[in-house]
Amino acid sequence: MLSLLGILVVVVGLAARFNPIVVVTAAAIVTGLAGGLDLVTIVSTFGKAFNDSRYISLVFLVLPVIGLLERYGLQARARTLIGQLRSATVGRLLLAYLFIRQVTAALGLLSLGGHPQMVRPLIAPMAEGAEENLRGPPGDKRRQLIRAFSASADNVGAFFGEDIFIAFGSVLLIQAVLEQNGLIAAPLHISLWAIPTAILAFVVHGVRLLLLDRSLARPDKTSAAPEPDQ
Amino acid sequence: MIRVEAAYVLAGLIFGAIAVFSARDSGNPKRWNNTAFWGLFALSFLAGGRLGNFGNGLLVLAMVLIGGLGGIGLSKPATTTPEEREASSLRWGSKLFLPVLAIPITALVGTLVFKAVKIAGAPLVDPKQVTVISMALGVVIALAIVMAMLRPPLSAPPQEARRLMDTVGWAAILPQLLASLGAVFALAGVGDAVGELIHRFLPVDTPFAAVATYCIGMALFTMIMGNAFAAFPVLTAGVGVPLIVHRFGGDPAIMGSIGMLAGFCGTLMTPMASHNIVPTALLQLPGGAVIRAQTPTALLVLTGNILLMYLLVFRF
Repeated sequence: MLSLLGILVVVVGLAARFNPIVVVTAAAIVTGLAGGLDLVTIVSTFGKAFNDSRYISLVFLVLPVIGLLERYGLQARARTLIGQLRSATVGRLLLAYLFIRQVTAALGLLSLGGHPQMVRPLIAPMAEGAEENLRGPPGDKRRQLIRAFSASADNVGAFFGEDIFIAFGSVLLIQAVLEQNGLIAAPLHISLWAIPTAILAFVVHGVRLLLLDRSLARPDKTSAAPEPDQ
Repeated sequence: MIRVEAAYVLAGLIFGAIAVFSARDSGNPKRWNNTAFWGLFALSFLAGGRLGNFGNGLLVLAMVLIGGLGGIGLSKPATTTPEEREASSLRWGSKLFLPVLAIPITALVGTLVFKAVKIAGAPLVDPKQVTVISMALGVVIALAIVMAMLRPPLSAPPQEARRLMDTVGWAAILPQLLASLGAVFALAGVGDAVGELIHRFLPVDTPFAAVATYCIGMALFTMIMGNAFAAFPVLTAGVGVPLIVHRFGGDPAIMGSIGMLAGFCGTLMTPMASHNIVPTALLQLPGGAVIRAQTPTALLVLTGNILLMYLLVFRF
């Protein structure tokens, strides 16, 4: 039971707003020591898993390309393009992206989207452009809200789409864990049962994106300019 | 056979270049921290396979100390002004999208094509990592298009990469660190302890209680671990299999599938997940902004998952 101390470290560390990478490392050391491992074993286990999971960080390979294109006005171009679509609103645009992201992830094309590749260079500037088109440049609060929802559309679409694709890591992980526990399940069966939740997530987040349009349409108290005669 | 190590070399060279340019940036008061942090990351990519497990462990600890306690300075490499960008976007128009699209298209085509290419009976590209390797190839192609089309100065690619990597900062290594934490948890037997804790203190004696415990447990444990993949083996062995499957006769495939998705609801709500940290950094948002936008969706979908699992898992 002592090994649960590491979980406590994570909860307390995050609540106290310590830096997450320090919290995670401290939790690993505490867990290992409480679980009766010696320091060399803990450091070695930590290092081996870090080295084995380097492929996760390959997503940053796209940043030189994205950075270069930003230098030449990629985000400005994305804003202009959406400005030509008269019917575009933040909610409708993000709803369309949510749909595309979820469907492509379900087809196994997870690498088509993502925050460095799509959200920062294209989706967020387009959403801001749509808002600018309707009501002029958004204030800081609104801009942050629009950007945060742009990121949310990517996450929700990816998370609740990817499990429908049978060859994706999480379906294979589910199968492997069940097998370790003596249970047999076919990948196709596992991926099919992800569909009800996928539909639910699309409806819930889709409605919230459309509601975002409504709240953006209300006058903004927080960042509106003060009345001239007050 | 081309393995994922080829993509690691590319990453190592990019991070190495970022480290070199960091060292030459006298305008950044923390430039030596940046240099050491990105330099060590480059070393991990270039030589991680030869450092040994303990050596890699020390490398990670050094990165955590530098990035987490010392801090990474936000550099301001020379780039273009908003006005210059506006003018350039008018000049180049939608051609600017071409390199962005080249990356996923290469990843897609490469994944499909390389699987079939064999040389003397052996696959040309490691089939297990074919998507990642194809994406790396896409980056090379996209860089070539950018350099040929826009003709930026040669220092621009590493400088622009540095501008973006410094905004990500220490968060760049969090996903890998969480994988490492999961490995230590597994070795120390945290999963068994969680299962024992739930059995001792939670009265799970109805099918609905079992389903709710499993789904909420997945979400909570995912929030702590930052990753549903780390929570899934723990909660499935501790709660799902003994209670939902063995005691109440539920279907394992439905349980596993919806259980993982309950975990993803936790990912949407945790400051530990790279899916929330990376966009917060890249979009220059205040901490918690992305999570606030996602939490209502996460809670509604989590509730839906509990109901769906309860309705489906004992029926099929």
